[in-house]
Amino acid sequence: MAGRYFLLMRKVFVLPDKPRIFFKQIWVEMEKLGLSSISIVTVISFFMGTVITIQTALNFVNPLLPKFYIGLVARDSILLEFSSTVIALILAGKIGSNIASEIGSMRITEQIDAMEMMGVNSANYLILPKVIAAVIFNPLLTVLSMFIGILGGAFIVSVTQIIMFADFIQGIQIFFIPFYVTYGVVKMMVFSVIITTIPAFYGYYAKGGSLDVGRSGTLSIVTSCVFILLFNLILTQLMLT
Amino acid sequence: MIEVKNVSKSFGQKEVLRDISAVFDKGKTNLIIGQSGSGKTVLLKSIVGLHDITEGEIWYENTRFDTLYFRDKKKLRQKIGMLFQGSALFDFATVIQNVMFPLEIFTNMTKNERIDRANFCLKRVNIINANDMYPSEISGGMQKRVAIARAIALNPEYLLCDEPNSGLDPITSILIDDLIREITYEYQITTIINTHDMNSVMGIGDKIVFIYEGRKWWEGNKDIILQSDNKELNDFVFASKMAQTLKAINK
Repeated sequence: MAGRYFLLMRKVFVLPDKPRIFFKQIWVEMEKLGLSSISIVTVISFFMGTVITIQTALNFVNPLLPKFYIGLVARDSILLEFSSTVIALILAGKIGSNIASEIGSMRITEQIDAMEMMGVNSANYLILPKVIAAVIFNPLLTVLSMFIGILGGAFIVSVTQIIMFADFIQGIQIFFIPFYVTYGVVKMMVFSVIITTIPAFYGYYAKGGSLDVGRSGTLSIVTSCVFILLFNLILTQLMLT
Repeated sequence: MIEVKNVSKSFGQKEVLRDISAVFDKGKTNLIIGQSGSGKTVLLKSIVGLHDITEGEIWYENTRFDTLYFRDKKKLRQKIGMLFQGSALFDFATVIQNVMFPLEIFTNMTKNERIDRANFCLKRVNIINANDMYPSEISGGMQKRVAIARAIALNPEYLLCDEPNSGLDPITSILIDDLIREITYEYQITTIINTHDMNSVMGIGDKIVFIYEGRKWWEGNKDIILQSDNKELNDFVFASKMAQTLKAINK
């Protein structure tokens, strides 16, 4: 399985035949995979930001700890883990199923064979623009998610008065480490490769009928999630320790 | 001319094609016929390199295809047009974009030239006013004709068709057969058609190769197929009630 994956990647990561068509495809994929994910990322980030803030506030029972720490902890949770890993897991479901079903149905209806027949490197034509589009666009979604998540926290504080709004604002500003944003963005770039290439692999080698395409889509999402968590551990170990 | 010499193909332990040799002539409609599962599609896909053969040789004129490097195969494949069983039109593209696809990839034509060529090919297969429709919005017969237009867009020297009539009504089937034959004669293409449709066999079978259980069982043309005393071929040709009735009337 791993061997086949890397053989496919060898076909994917080559220079495209026609750069003009390739760049056009990247724009199309950015729209299809990236722009269409903005709404779901916004909604999830907002609500997760609110929940993280409430939970953090409820766990801050020690009166000796300054209240602004609630904002600080919520902010760092969002920057370090939520906006990269959790969003990547969500995108693995959304983008992954899209890619696996698209390429899988092209495989079983012989559209990929038709491309190969014409002398087109189908793996490169179909998969590389998706990978590049995701690697470029998903980090922007991560940054958006960071912003919306913190905004969600600020919103819930202002509505519920669970802590003073000024304390929360102080918390999200204090001890800010810009590298945390870089860390989140780098993680999302790596996760983007995972959430595009693994479903593409399962779709590309799909066999049988529509049921099998569905099955390979499910399998691809599960595998992507496992690899996201594995690489989350590896990258955290490499970048933060 | 395409020639296959002693071609065998196995999938694991299962031998699908065994020692098949045949010559497919230029300017003729060459038919590969046989029951479902006899190995017709595997042979056709082996001829274009979508399956690697286990043994034997495949020749396009004086070029041995099966041993070519990927780059050279790719070059040769640009001279081959293929019509797949399910049409295999790209879902993401409209009718005209499907026909323009090979032109966009392999030629340096301007956009207007590509549109002109695509329109010419679509007109040739009698598709009019459907340029902006998607494959899912047109009928099966139209899909086949668009697939033929795409296959001939690059002026191929070889045209391979995998069951072009499958899923079509008898009238549309005849239209597709006639179209393929006209194109073959007009452009002097080497055409190979996989079919198990006896209407096609009797209508356009300039040369016929009968495959039975992965072996070449019989070779001839539409004029002599009905007189053959080959048992397996007769079982295939006269399988339908109508053909049996006609045979009885003739006797």
